Amino acid sequence: MAMRQPIESGAPDNKPFLHPTLLKNYGNWKRHDRPRPGVLHHVAHSGDEVWTVRAGTQRQMDVWTIRKLCDIADTYADGHVRFTIRSNIEFMVADEAKVAPLIDALAAGGFPVGGTGNSVSSIAHTQGWLHCDIPATDASGAVKALMDELYEEFTHEQMPNRVRLSTSCCEINCGGQADIAIIIQHTKPPKINHDLVANVCERPAVVARCPVAAIRPALVNGKPSLEVDEKKCICCGACYPPCPPMQINDPEHSKFAIWVGGKNSNARGKPTFMKMVAAGLPNNPPRWPEVSAIVKKILHTYKDDARSWERMADWIERIGWPRFFEKCELPFTKYLIDDWRGSRASLNASTHIRF
Amino acid sequence: MTKPMHPTPLLDELETGPWPSFVTGLKRLAQDKDYVVDLLGTLETSYRTKKGYWKGGTVGVYGYGGGVIPRFTELKNDDGSPVYPDAAELHTLRVQPPPGMHYTTDVLRKMCDIWERHGTGLIAFHGQSGDIMFQGAKTADVQAAFDEINEMGFDLGGAGPAVRTAMSCVGAARCEQSCYDEARAHHTVINTFTDDIHRPALPYKFKFKFSGCANDCMNSIQRADMAVIGTWRDNMRADEDLARRWFAKHGMNELVNDVVVRCPTKAIRLKEVRDLRSGDGAAHLTTVKVSDTHALEIDNKDCVRCMHCINVMTGALAHGADTGATILIGGKRTLKIGDLMGTVAVPFMRLKTDEDFEQLVDLGRRVIDFFAENALEHERTGEMIERIGLVNFLEGVGIEIDPNMVATPRTNPYVRTDGWDDEVAKIEARKAAG
Repeated sequence: MAMRQPIESGAPDNKPFLHPTLLKNYGNWKRHDRPRPGVLHHVAHSGDEVWTVRAGTQRQMDVWTIRKLCDIADTYADGHVRFTIRSNIEFMVADEAKVAPLIDALAAGGFPVGGTGNSVSSIAHTQGWLHCDIPATDASGAVKALMDELYEEFTHEQMPNRVRLSTSCCEINCGGQADIAIIIQHTKPPKINHDLVANVCERPAVVARCPVAAIRPALVNGKPSLEVDEKKCICCGACYPPCPPMQINDPEHSKFAIWVGGKNSNARGKPTFMKMVAAGLPNNPPRWPEVSAIVKKILHTYKDDARSWERMADWIERIGWPRFFEKCELPFTKYLIDDWRGSRASLNASTHIRF
Repeated sequence: MTKPMHPTPLLDELETGPWPSFVTGLKRLAQDKDYVVDLLGTLETSYRTKKGYWKGGTVGVYGYGGGVIPRFTELKNDDGSPVYPDAAELHTLRVQPPPGMHYTTDVLRKMCDIWERHGTGLIAFHGQSGDIMFQGAKTADVQAAFDEINEMGFDLGGAGPAVRTAMSCVGAARCEQSCYDEARAHHTVINTFTDDIHRPALPYKFKFKFSGCANDCMNSIQRADMAVIGTWRDNMRADEDLARRWFAKHGMNELVNDVVVRCPTKAIRLKEVRDLRSGDGAAHLTTVKVSDTHALEIDNKDCVRCMHCINVMTGALAHGADTGATILIGGKRTLKIGDLMGTVAVPFMRLKTDEDFEQLVDLGRRVIDFFAENALEHERTGEMIERIGLVNFLEGVGIEIDPNMVATPRTNPYVRTDGWDDEVAKIEARKAAG
């Protein structure tokens, strides 16, 4: 049987999918406001108006959930939806009278309305145990557990500025930079299954992958394998994807770290990378309570202490790191002083000290 | 009717609480599919043992070298047979979304029907790469699922050392901050590289992301090898009616503390109306009255287009009309030399005409060609630039240097400068040529 040739159409055009009011006013919007949490109201130069209702989803959706969302869109939103980068779904309506019944329908369907403005939006996350080949933990479950606890912060706009969270199930950090990020941190060098290395791994590629040149070829029990200089090893796990017998994931010793202050927006200060502020937290499914407790402590401290429009990074820049650790009741350990390349730029080269 | 469910006491705990539960969704799918019964069994095992059980492999569709993420179970009995045989294979199809992630319910329902027939029925909108993730199909079903998705007008995204699926913000479709047609840029640029998406042959991944303004809702500066971020060159626009309404609602404290003092370059000043300047010396100023006595004065020469004041006073303040994008190159996360922010390669590229968009495509092509020829294996663009220096990259790609590319000039003397006079002469010659 002749195989079907693919149609290399690439990314589809957006125009056929746009809500009619968005299509009509494309590139011609004037302003917006937020009548209530979860609702955006945009006004075009033409005078046209559109209301957007945003709701959280579980991201990994079964077809029945998607069909339920489609039913709601067909009833209230002219059969159009869009998704945000944080897997929230958005329904656009040109008639303000449809906003309230749309919100009711979403609530009845179990979808939280919110995630706009100064709220804690849904968590950008990875695949985890569900599908990834190198995960030290789960992603969807960690997000579900944390968003259950942050539900009120999603459905209200009570934070000083927007708060973006991410989780990642290995140090590659596919979840990305965020105001608060939760990332697995391995604490032990990989355990090597020497019986498998020769058959599974391209050894020079694995050696080249190590950021600290801690891996070298070796003959173990008469078989070609690899060995790790455990004093040099930084436990990053970079060798594991190209060589699964270099087992880095450890049910006991792969811990969670928490990072704060990442900001991609250029608003006010330049974009910032997040900084590690806690580590050593247990990988404790199905609800990871130790992680949630610290995230909530940081969030609530920020909520109480930051001024309006201060993102997490802006707030810490004002109060200083010593007070951040003090207020969040987190220990500042030697592991939080950077020693990677370029690290001197992270030291305090001044007498600027708050007392 | 399917086989009985495996006990899932740990996953069951994720069905409580108010946030939508993916476990409940999986259980609904398991009512019709042995596949998902066994997928739940596998996931429950991971929750119990704290270990992952999927390994990669080689699965694809005819004609393409990438776009499918193969997964085979490692959860085996002593005799090597899978513990959960109905979920021994769990391949994912990465499918490129329309720019801005807009859909009709018609297309979503068709996707659901296809994936219910050929896969688990689990779809992620969207993965961190920006793809629609059709999660979980057996090797034998991947081609048929792809064929039907492809016939709908959708195509696979990137995986491995390839150009990857692009992302763009809602932008011009619904946002007043949009400084260019993000969807057009996304569509035009990424579809130039379909061959590099479908046939991974680069040193490593290469990502494009498109944000309409400096708020960068696509997080392009931290994640994209080439970030296209909207900006403008002329004066900010102001709307006095909306400014007065904003002030009437928010008052002087918020105007001073949330707007004026938060300007990163102190380009905004609060003025009494009687002190406002006009005439030739004020050509670079944007002024707007917030009341009969007070006004904001913005010196557009000092403004860095950060978006903060526009975010606070949307509509009252707005970006200018001479719009386009700043292009930054080399953003990425940690592995292997540490995080790299994208840095300025083109301070301003106008994005209005067909020729402008062709220029953007051409820049992308030159950057990828240079990357393909000069990067080491598994080295991202930003790492390559760190290794060879920005100037070598710019010369290789054919971009003129510009002081907007640096935070500060050099702080050390370790450079050989005997070509200085020639460089000055070249700059003078370029100036003379206009």
